[in-house]
Amino acid sequence: MAKAISKPAFERHGLSDDQLRWMLRNMYLQRMLDNRGFQLNRQGKIPFATGSEGHEGIHAGAALAFARGRDLLVPYYRDMGLCIGIGMPPLQVLLSMFARAQDVSGGRQFPNHYSNHSLGILSISSIIAAHCPHAVGAAYALKLRKQSGRAVLCTFGDGSTSEGEWHESVNFASIHKLPIVFLCENNEWAISTPREQQMAVANVVDKAPAYGLPGRRVDGSDPIRTYAVMKEALERARSGGGPTLVEATCYRFLSHTTDDDDRTYRTREEIERHRHLDPVPRFEALLVERGVVTSDEASAMKRDVLAEVNALTDEAEALPYPAPAELYTHVYEGAYEPWL
Amino acid sequence: MAVAPPASTTMNNVEAVRTTLYEALKSDERTLILGEDVGARGNVFLITKGFIDEFGPERIIDTPLAEASIVGVAIGMAMEGLRPIAEIQFADFIYPAFNQIVGEAAKTRYRSNGDYSCPLVIRTPYGGGVRGALSHSVSIEALFYHVPGLKIVAPSFPADMKGLLNAAIDDPDPVLFLEHKKTYRLVKGEVPAGHYTIPIGKAEVKHAGDLLTVVSYGLYVHQAIEAAKRLAGDGISVEVIDLRSIRPMDRTTILASVRKTRKLLIVHEDNKFGGIGAEISAMVVEDAFFDLDAPIRRLCGPDVPAMGYAATLEEEFMISTDRMAEAMRDLVAF
Repeated sequence: MAKAISKPAFERHGLSDDQLRWMLRNMYLQRMLDNRGFQLNRQGKIPFATGSEGHEGIHAGAALAFARGRDLLVPYYRDMGLCIGIGMPPLQVLLSMFARAQDVSGGRQFPNHYSNHSLGILSISSIIAAHCPHAVGAAYALKLRKQSGRAVLCTFGDGSTSEGEWHESVNFASIHKLPIVFLCENNEWAISTPREQQMAVANVVDKAPAYGLPGRRVDGSDPIRTYAVMKEALERARSGGGPTLVEATCYRFLSHTTDDDDRTYRTREEIERHRHLDPVPRFEALLVERGVVTSDEASAMKRDVLAEVNALTDEAEALPYPAPAELYTHVYEGAYEPWL
Repeated sequence: MAVAPPASTTMNNVEAVRTTLYEALKSDERTLILGEDVGARGNVFLITKGFIDEFGPERIIDTPLAEASIVGVAIGMAMEGLRPIAEIQFADFIYPAFNQIVGEAAKTRYRSNGDYSCPLVIRTPYGGGVRGALSHSVSIEALFYHVPGLKIVAPSFPADMKGLLNAAIDDPDPVLFLEHKKTYRLVKGEVPAGHYTIPIGKAEVKHAGDLLTVVSYGLYVHQAIEAAKRLAGDGISVEVIDLRSIRPMDRTTILASVRKTRKLLIVHEDNKFGGIGAEISAMVVEDAFFDLDAPIRRLCGPDVPAMGYAATLEEEFMISTDRMAEAMRDLVAF
């Protein structure tokens, strides 16, 4: 375990041992799927992967606060853990990496751009913050239909909060008191640009008062605290209380993607200084210390997750690519003849 | 037209758009309108005047002045099952929404492998001849015409406005609906009562002829018809096609006419370089080169950023009916 500066608090916020173990397993699964993407890329088996190492606590906590079958998720490209946390089959992660025909986008999108209508995960592009107004529109639809008890969760990184569409979205949602939670996963880096060059304010939540909505800041390396803050914000949204901006802090331990080399813009020392925030060993140590799991159980859980990831890798790799003719489908509804 | 109407009313284009929007709001509670000044003000051309009183501020939304999110919020509404009709107050203001239209709406179906769709209409007044200067007079169709996944409609007659706007609202994919603002009150015509649609992607021969095909859309269709009528008085028979839809484009109607007349003149207000006429020319040359008896001619706006505010600058930019008639005579005589 990393040396924690301070021992994480153990306020359960009503979570049972089973729920805590579920979060730990979800975090192991995220970490191993992430590593698998980078491994497959370095093996030359996939052209590209995006990692979320460091975000696992946010994803596990937010996923548990999300109401499956009711809430809607408008994610961004680091939210693999959140998507599997709310019920997307982990096989989809490997299908996305391998760009197989059965991938949710049919092998069209970059890895980590998930959507699933039946799970309420809206389709996104890679354009930063372009999905934020979509989340607002979806929240407007819920409100117009008087579907109380439902909310939209819109996630993004710290870099997104520089985009005009982010500001427009938060403003619109606040004017109309929409059932939406804006969750910023602040990992300190927008590819190579640090937070100080992204904003003049110290924290993302400092932007909330300008739009007249509450801001909450939470240590995103702590899934329990993240859960508590997200639960409160989502319940506020579901019950007609309006939107909340949540800033969950974390640290991006990997390069932006497999195509990035973070040695060109940040030191190894900086990364090591943040190592104590690594949510996976931190949460594991907490649960062992508090007797929620034993060390042996944690090790067994990790072995089990690794076996699952290995099996999923083999399963996805064996599946076919989309047929070339799929290039021409789903441009419009119905038959379409491209001008070739 | 799909449905034979029981009756019709004479309307201008403002009234045709207004009537169609009203009927859509009345008949389908999933529809709503969002844009700048569409509520209390009732749109700057009064197209939605009074709608807010009847349908409420929840369905007639006066948005903040933020074009990217007018379209972006409408996309989210469309993905969640509503039928939003977004308005960009002037086409010149659409640039901030470019990514939302091109990068998002047009790709929603494709990138989700058909799991999500984006049934969205974006209405916007475009075009000049109204002393609109640099930022209230532009044509934007060529900027969006390049984009698969998007449909673009630009009707110029009141009956077509209604039929195509109904089709756009019913369409399961995003439609950019362009209304030439000079035709708003200038052009009047019979509009059938009741709900009917005109298929998107179908042009119409508005003036039949044998010696030359003129393809146009928007304000210039009306001038082209006027010019063709003048030439008919001199025994020169010219066919005028109103494209009505820009994407998808009606190749069949254009090619059939060109094969008959063997000559083609394309007239549009948008500037020539890379405009709609370039694509029509390429298509005709690829598919009907040996049917042509003369080079294709394009009579288009000049390659300048926009028309100026001064009357002289605007007149220099716009193509007069006289110039159209002259170009027609020249090409017929070739």
